[in-house]
This record gives sequence, C-alpha cells and structure tokens, in this order.
Amino acid sequence: MIRNLTTRIILIVLILILALWVDFSSEINVINPVTDETLFTHDLAPRLGLDLQGGLQVLLEADVPAETEIDSAQMEIAREIVQQRTDALGVNENVIQVAGDRRIVGEFPGLEDTESVLEIIQQTGLLEFVDTGDVAPEEGSTILTDFNAASTATAEGTTPEDTVYHTIMTGAELESVAVSTDTLGTSYVINFVLTSDGAEIFADHTAANTKKFLTIVLDKQVISSPVINEPISGGQGSISGNFTYESANAFAIQLRYGSLPIPLKIVETRIIGPTLGADSLNKSLMAGLIGMVIVALFMIIYYRMPGVVAVLSILIYAATAFAVFKWFHFTLTLPGIAGFLLSTGAALDANILIFERMKEELRNGRNISQTVDQGWSRAWPSIRDSNLSAIITSLILFWFGSTFGATIVKGFSLTLALGVLISLFTAIYVTRTLLVIFLKSFKFDNLERWFGI
Amino acid sequence: MIDILSKRYFYFAFSLLVILPGLVLLSIGGLPLSIDFTGGSLLEVQFEAGKTPETAELVNLYEDAGIDDAQITSTDTGSLMIRSSFLTNEVRDSILTTMREKTASEVTVVRFDSVGPSIGKQVASRAALAVAVAALAVIIYITAAFRKVPNAFRYGICAVIAMVHDVAVVFSIAGIGAMFFDWQIDALFLTALLTVIGFSVQDKVVVFDRIRENSNLLRKLEYEKLVNHSIVQTLQRSINTQLMTVEFLLLALALFGGITLQEFSVILLVGLFSGTYSSIFVAAPILVLWEKREWTTWFKRKEETAI
Repeated sequence: MIRNLTTRIILIVLILILALWVDFSSEINVINPVTDETLFTHDLAPRLGLDLQGGLQVLLEADVPAETEIDSAQMEIAREIVQQRTDALGVNENVIQVAGDRRIVGEFPGLEDTESVLEIIQQTGLLEFVDTGDVAPEEGSTILTDFNAASTATAEGTTPEDTVYHTIMTGAELESVAVSTDTLGTSYVINFVLTSDGAEIFADHTAANTKKFLTIVLDKQVISSPVINEPISGGQGSISGNFTYESANAFAIQLRYGSLPIPLKIVETRIIGPTLGADSLNKSLMAGLIGMVIVALFMIIYYRMPGVVAVLSILIYAATAFAVFKWFHFTLTLPGIAGFLLSTGAALDANILIFERMKEELRNGRNISQTVDQGWSRAWPSIRDSNLSAIITSLILFWFGSTFGATIVKGFSLTLALGVLISLFTAIYVTRTLLVIFLKSFKFDNLERWFGI
Repeated sequence: MIDILSKRYFYFAFSLLVILPGLVLLSIGGLPLSIDFTGGSLLEVQFEAGKTPETAELVNLYEDAGIDDAQITSTDTGSLMIRSSFLTNEVRDSILTTMREKTASEVTVVRFDSVGPSIGKQVASRAALAVAVAALAVIIYITAAFRKVPNAFRYGICAVIAMVHDVAVVFSIAGIGAMFFDWQIDALFLTALLTVIGFSVQDKVVVFDRIRENSNLLRKLEYEKLVNHSIVQTLQRSINTQLMTVEFLLLALALFGGITLQEFSVILLVGLFSGTYSSIFVAAPILVLWEKREWTTWFKRKEETAI
C-alpha cells in the first residue's frame, strides 16, 4: 500500500507540530540555546480586516489625464510618502499599497477619527520651489505656478494679478531634511541636502538670483518665502527664520513628506463602523463551526472508518492552512472565512472522490491493498484537473481585486487558492497515510461494513 | 442502471423554468448595480432613539448641500440608509454637521461608501473582462486536459455552455433577490459569481474525466450509454460533495453567519448547486446531443419525449 510509511508519518507529525506552534503563538522566537541569542523572530499577531474591526479605506488615483503614462517607480515613491505621512499620525496597522498602475489604496483599521486621516492624505500635496522675484507672497496665500499647469485650474483664491510664477524644482529633488539649532543655539534652522540634479539647478538659480525671494509652496499654497542670501552650490543649504522648535519640525515634515511626485485625488472612500464588524465575526465563526460539525458527522456516518480518517485529515488541513495564513499575515475578512470554508469543501471533495473509487474497487472484489492503490491512482486525474480549474479562477479574481484595491475580493481569492493547494496535499498524502495506519493497526475482519458498503 | 440522459429535454425545460423568471424580473427592473459599478455614495447613519428625522427632512438637507437625488430607506436595526450620487468627503462632513444640528442628536456613521463615477465604470468593465478571461481560460484548459479524447474542444464548449447556464441561474437569483430583498450587484456578488464559475468547471471536469476514462475502457459502448454510465458512476460523489458538505457549510453560513454574508452565501449556495446540476443535466446531455446531431431531428424528438 505504502512503501515509506515511517518517513511519511514523521513528515506529517513534523508539519502538524510546526502548524500548531504557529497556530497557538502570537510570536515565534528561536533562541540559540548555547549563546542565548535570538536567531529568528516572526511576529504572528493576527490582522483583522476592515469589515471585521471597522475602519477607513481610501482609494487614491493619480490626478493626471487618463492617457498619461505613469512611472511605476514614481507611484512607489508616492506610496511611501503617503505611508510616512500617515505613520506620523500614530495610526496603528495602516496599510498603504499600490493597486494597479495608477492607484494607491490605504487602509486604516479600527480608525474612528476618519477626518484627520483624510485631511492629511489630501494635504500630501506637491511641494514646489518657486521663483517669485522681488515679491514675498503672504504665508497661506495661493499662487499660480507654471508647473503641471493642467492641475492649477482648480486652485482657488489666486493673487489679484494672477501672476504665473516659474517653478524651479519640486520637492522630489530633496534628498534629506533635518532640523538643528543655529551657531548661537538660540533659534532653529532647517538644513537640507539636494539630489545631484537638484544641486545643479539650485546652484544656477541661487547664483543668478541672490537677494531675491525663493518661495516654497505646497499644493500652490505658500509655506514660506525665504530670501536667497548667497549662492548655494554644494547641494546643501539651510533655511533660517523665526522658527520655534515646533514650527521648524512641522516645516521639515512638510518638506520631507510633502514632495509627492504625482498629484493624487481620492476616488473612493469606505468607512465601516466598528459595531457592524464584531458581530459578524462571531456569527460567521459560529456558523463555520456548526457547518463543520455537521459535515464531520456526515462523513463519519456515511463513510465509516475512512470517514473518521477524512475528518482527522481535514483537521490537519485546517491547522496547516490556518498556520500558513497566519505566517504570511493574511488579513482575516468575512469573505476570507467563506473562502476557507469553500476550500475545506474542496478538500472533502478530494476525499470523497477517493472513497467512492475505493468502494467501487472493493465491490469489484479487489483486496484491500489493491483497493487503496487503485482508489488513489484513479481518482488523481480528476482531483488534479478539477482543482486546477478552481485555482485558475481564483487567480483571475485576485488580479481583478488587486487592480482596484478591493481587499475583500483579494482576501477571498487568496484564501481559496491557497486552501485548495493545501487541500490537495492533505487529500493525497495525509489521508492515504492515515488510512494505511488504521488498516495496519486494526485488523478489520469485515471490510465491507467498515467502508460503509 | 438508471437512465438519466433519455429525459434530457425535460431537464432543459426545467433549467429554463428556473432561469427565465429571474431574468424577466431583471429586464423589467434593470440590473440592480451597486455603487461599486455605477459610482455614488451610500451613507448609513444611526440617530439617538426617538430622534430619527423624517425622510423628507433629510432629502431637503441633501438638496441644500447640492445633492438632489438622495434616496432614503430604513434598516431593520433602525438606522437610515441614504443613497445618492458621489459625495466628496467635504460635502459628507458638512451634511453630517447639519444633521447633528437639525436633529439635536448624536449621529453615528455606521457605514459610508463613496465611489467616484469614473472608478465605477472602470470596475464594471474590468469585471466583465475578468468573467470573459475566466471563460476563455476554462475552454483552453479543458481542451488541453482532454486532448487525447476525440473532439476535445466539444468538452470545453459544453463546459462553457453549462457555465453560462450557471451564470444565468445566479443572475436569476439576483433578480429575484433584488425584487424582494433589495439585493444589489456589488463587488461581493462578482466574487460569488466568479467562484461559481470556478467550481462549476471543477464539477464538469469530474464528470468529463469519468467519460474520458470510460471511453478507453468501454470502447464498444454506444456514446449515450457511455456518458450515462459515467454520470451514474459519479452521481454519489456529486451528491455527497455538493449536497452533504459544501451546501451544508454554506447553509450554515447563510443561516447563522450574520447579515453581511447572507446574500453572498445564498448566491454561492444556489450557484454551486446549479454547477453540480448542470454537469449532470446540462453539460453531459449536450455532449450526447452534439454527438448525435440531434438538431436535425428536433421536431420528431419533441413528440417522443413530450412530458
């Protein structure tokens, strides 16, 4: 029936131990027993989806004409900036991901105060260094610039003369920004380092425009209008003024994170109240449990001894699948639970296909060893082909879900696809091994009865 | 052995009986697309007990904010569901503030979904593409998997016809649900639909695989008998897998799983059942019908199998 039974048993036990370890711990720590050093650590805190704990989801889209090609590297920079900006808010577990080629999805689980997050994301605008000549526009006023002229159409409250100023460079040229005190130690200055491109542009401009104003605007709104005191050639400079520690830091943050390479607009907002989620989680888990118990009873009553084996194998499947989901930080969502239940159905289907085959072989008068071999080898092509088609559609679903940041669709398809894969392993490998162990350790005199024929 | 296939025209009639009413409802009422596909806003708010305002009052409040298509329904839990065209976050905030002022009640946002009109259109077209790609992938996959059987592509086409049948059943259910339970076609519906497609194909493959195997073993058997034989052999598995396990799991989810997943699990329940049904009573009979080229003798056949 099986040649290398011992190896199989060892492997299954090993996998089960590992899976249970992951299932029941919130963090994995491997410590070298000799030196007491931590060799390996992996956080396993479960993450609940927005539908379960409530929260905010926003979908941001590049605010450029639809036919414009967008560089994926720029999209990634924009994502990082949104991440940093919202991290600074002190929101826990916020996830910002690029979705498709022109969208970014942001999730803020458990968030109650949605307004401040929306505000800070929208504020995450375009930082520009503008040549305003001899004029120092008032702080907070809005000016027109010649950069990305298409999007300035929406700017409100422009200067009376509607002068369009020239943008020298954008915040994308800033390499780093830091706050320090000046040489006397009494007031604060902001030191900045430019990229090599930026350094060149800046050196040329400051040399030609000494004693003129260099206005810094964020989303066309004036933050500050320092005077160029002297040419800055090395790509390093500082901005001084009447800064307090707080205002200097706030300014530095605006400089650092305000430099979105692409303007973004909110195209979709979803807010889920926390009460809706907690209720659904308990109910769905309960429903899943009830369903599983009924199905387990059915399997045992209908298939008798192999049914018991199948239930054991499904338990091992559930432990393994749950461990895999936990290890890779799958977000637990309601459709995810449904996907998991469906993949359990697929796991059972593989077992049922095999058992039905075995019954046929037994009826045809084969001995038990032939029955087991034939049951597996004959059921395998249909198990393989049928599950592959389920995996193919899951992948298409996943692709669909990820272009629009539909995390719920993604969660469902990913749990379904992985669940089906793992179920293939348990049906083919685990069920068979367990069945052989059962057959070897108990001598069944009336096989027909034990197989429910 | 049970003769399943001889009554094939009866099954086709039965399928039509299930599919048509829902599709008629859909064609009268229009596709109940949610804001996921059309764009727009949905705001669900809960007021303090006894302070829930009149519908007209809220409609006016929306009109003052420049939104003149607000539709308001109350839910079982006493909250109000307001559907309207796309609200920006600023407009939503100002509406909520006015609501608090006018009703003198604390207003809790239970749920707020707002989808820009352009994104909705893109989601809808991408969804149609996803379904089309899935169908194409199925034909290619089955044709490849059955390449050693004569007329392999017939299996692929029959699987897709049965799949269209299942999709039609799902839409029919959606039509009935839209009429009686205010269901909507949203992203979750689409997920259920694609899952039904995936599992529908899975089921066809199991039946077709038996035909593939039997066609090697029983070369001399007439095609109709061969297919009938294969169906009967896989019948127990179909019943056990579908009715006893998957449907039980989904039924538990539909009954006890809470309101959020109810529509989703009912659609999966019906769709997956249809998937199993159509393997036996749609896909396999069409294979036989095709093999026998029955359309040439349709009028004669109808008399014979009159119910």
